[in-house]
Amino acid sequence: MRTSQATTVRIIASALFLLALLVAVPLLIEATGRTDLYYTLTSVALLSIISAGVWITFYIGRINIGQGAYALMGGYVSAILVTSYGMSFWLTLPLAGLFCAAASVLIGLPILRLRGVYFAMVTLVLTEVARLLALALPVTNGASGIVSIPLPSGISFFGVTLVPDFATLANPRLAFYIVAVLLMALCFLSLYRLAHSRTGQLCQSLQQNEELASSIGVNIAYLRVIAYALSSFFGGVGGAMFAAIAQSIYPSSFTVADSVNFMLNCFLGGLGYVLGPMLGTFVLYFGWDLLFQTGEFQLLIFSTVLIVLMLALPNGLLSLAIPRKRSV
Amino acid sequence: MPDLLEVVGLTKRFGGLVAVNNVSFTVRDREILSVIGPNGAGKSTLFKLISSFLRPTSGEVRFKGERISGLAPHVAARRGVVRTFQETTIFKNMTVLDNVVTAHHLRSRASLAGFYFGSAAARSDLEAFGASADEILAFLGLAAMRDEIASNLPHGHLRALGIAIALATDPAVILLDEPFAGMNYDETRRALQIVRKLRERGITVLLVEHDMSAVMNISDRIVVLNFGQMIAEGTPAQIRQNPKVIEAYLGVEDESIGL
Repeated sequence: MRTSQATTVRIIASALFLLALLVAVPLLIEATGRTDLYYTLTSVALLSIISAGVWITFYIGRINIGQGAYALMGGYVSAILVTSYGMSFWLTLPLAGLFCAAASVLIGLPILRLRGVYFAMVTLVLTEVARLLALALPVTNGASGIVSIPLPSGISFFGVTLVPDFATLANPRLAFYIVAVLLMALCFLSLYRLAHSRTGQLCQSLQQNEELASSIGVNIAYLRVIAYALSSFFGGVGGAMFAAIAQSIYPSSFTVADSVNFMLNCFLGGLGYVLGPMLGTFVLYFGWDLLFQTGEFQLLIFSTVLIVLMLALPNGLLSLAIPRKRSV
Repeated sequence: MPDLLEVVGLTKRFGGLVAVNNVSFTVRDREILSVIGPNGAGKSTLFKLISSFLRPTSGEVRFKGERISGLAPHVAARRGVVRTFQETTIFKNMTVLDNVVTAHHLRSRASLAGFYFGSAAARSDLEAFGASADEILAFLGLAAMRDEIASNLPHGHLRALGIAIALATDPAVILLDEPFAGMNYDETRRALQIVRKLRERGITVLLVEHDMSAVMNISDRIVVLNFGQMIAEGTPAQIRQNPKVIEAYLGVEDESIGL
């Protein structure tokens, strides 16, 4: 019965956290008048979704430095569907994710056979390939990108407005913030299920020893591709949201540096913890902003702190709060 | 006893090197068959060919009349031919129990998605896996260590855990890769008992081994490889007297083959 009690505590804590994000944070922001924080927090939420994808590839034992490629792809898919085909943004959001998942299956089948640094290097190239493709393909409109993407339209169901048209809202920033937080909650809920289910245990078996996993009958090629597709799905959804908020997407919207950051977010938060990517993104994003005042030393201090943190806490920031007792 | 596993004209070339050259033998149901040979004789390669970790250059391995070679390890495992590893290959960051529970994959009735969403089939699977894992751990004398992180286990227990992982797949044939390597007298004695108990469970055992006295002690039949060729096959008594075998181990005195 102790485990069910712990689960109850977790559910209550998560619900409170979500409530705080959805109610208390907006109230605080309105009270202090710092409405720019909406955009910052929305970015953190979306970046943590994209990073959560990278976390999943870590979970099967692959270092993924190519998540930017899928974020870019997702952004373009959504932008093209909205601007050229007049599709509702809300429909393009899952479609962008599914498109990235399908693309990642094709890309993953050959490259997931690689391990360690070789896989990492190939994925590093992916982001650059995606950028060059966005420059070259006719449908992506080259270097000028896709601009003036309309804000998300509303969703009505039998005359009942479920989601208002963002263009009519007085404060679309708040609306985007709430959508981003809800998506983040969904994303981390699905990660939590993964880490606490047998499906996750099988992913862990890949991480720890692929040969042994295949000897006990696990179809490792299949499971790897599934995990990578899920990872890319999150990348695509995050990218689509960014395109909608910025109302534009360019080949340089997600670069190799972003891909590296997504990986760093996971490292910093802790690869062994579901909430690792969220915390990592938050700390990295705000840490960078806080160091802005140091001017030319910003990057120097930032990188030094990162190196020290990784040396001191190889299992991530969350290893301070939660001692690592099991494989999950 | 019918033939369970047939090795037919199995050959593996690595570039110019012929690691396994036209090897044929059969393994009968519930038999303990050992493959021996000097270093570099091709034992490990043969082993990987049988468990489908390597694709043969020619020839094939049949299990119950069906080809299992040249497919994929998980396919061979699904048919019932499961290997253990020479090195201490385990899921080292999982507990001993989780190692064995994870290895029940082939007994799953629920799908990946079923396990993810916690379907009814998944819940009954998990319950069954837990009970079966506990039984296997007790069977191999690992029950006291079930909650230990696997990498903390001492050497001899790691080997037993490797066997426990293989047992979880409910194999018909288990391939043991040097199960007695690096063990002292007591550990070997205990490992021999385990191998005999595997047979009592109805499992056919195929093992590759260096430890001659252990092999002579436990095997029903022995296959001898030298430079990739099969040079002899027979009961331990026959192998002891086979001049080709003695020649292959030339320079090594008689006692090393158990005389």
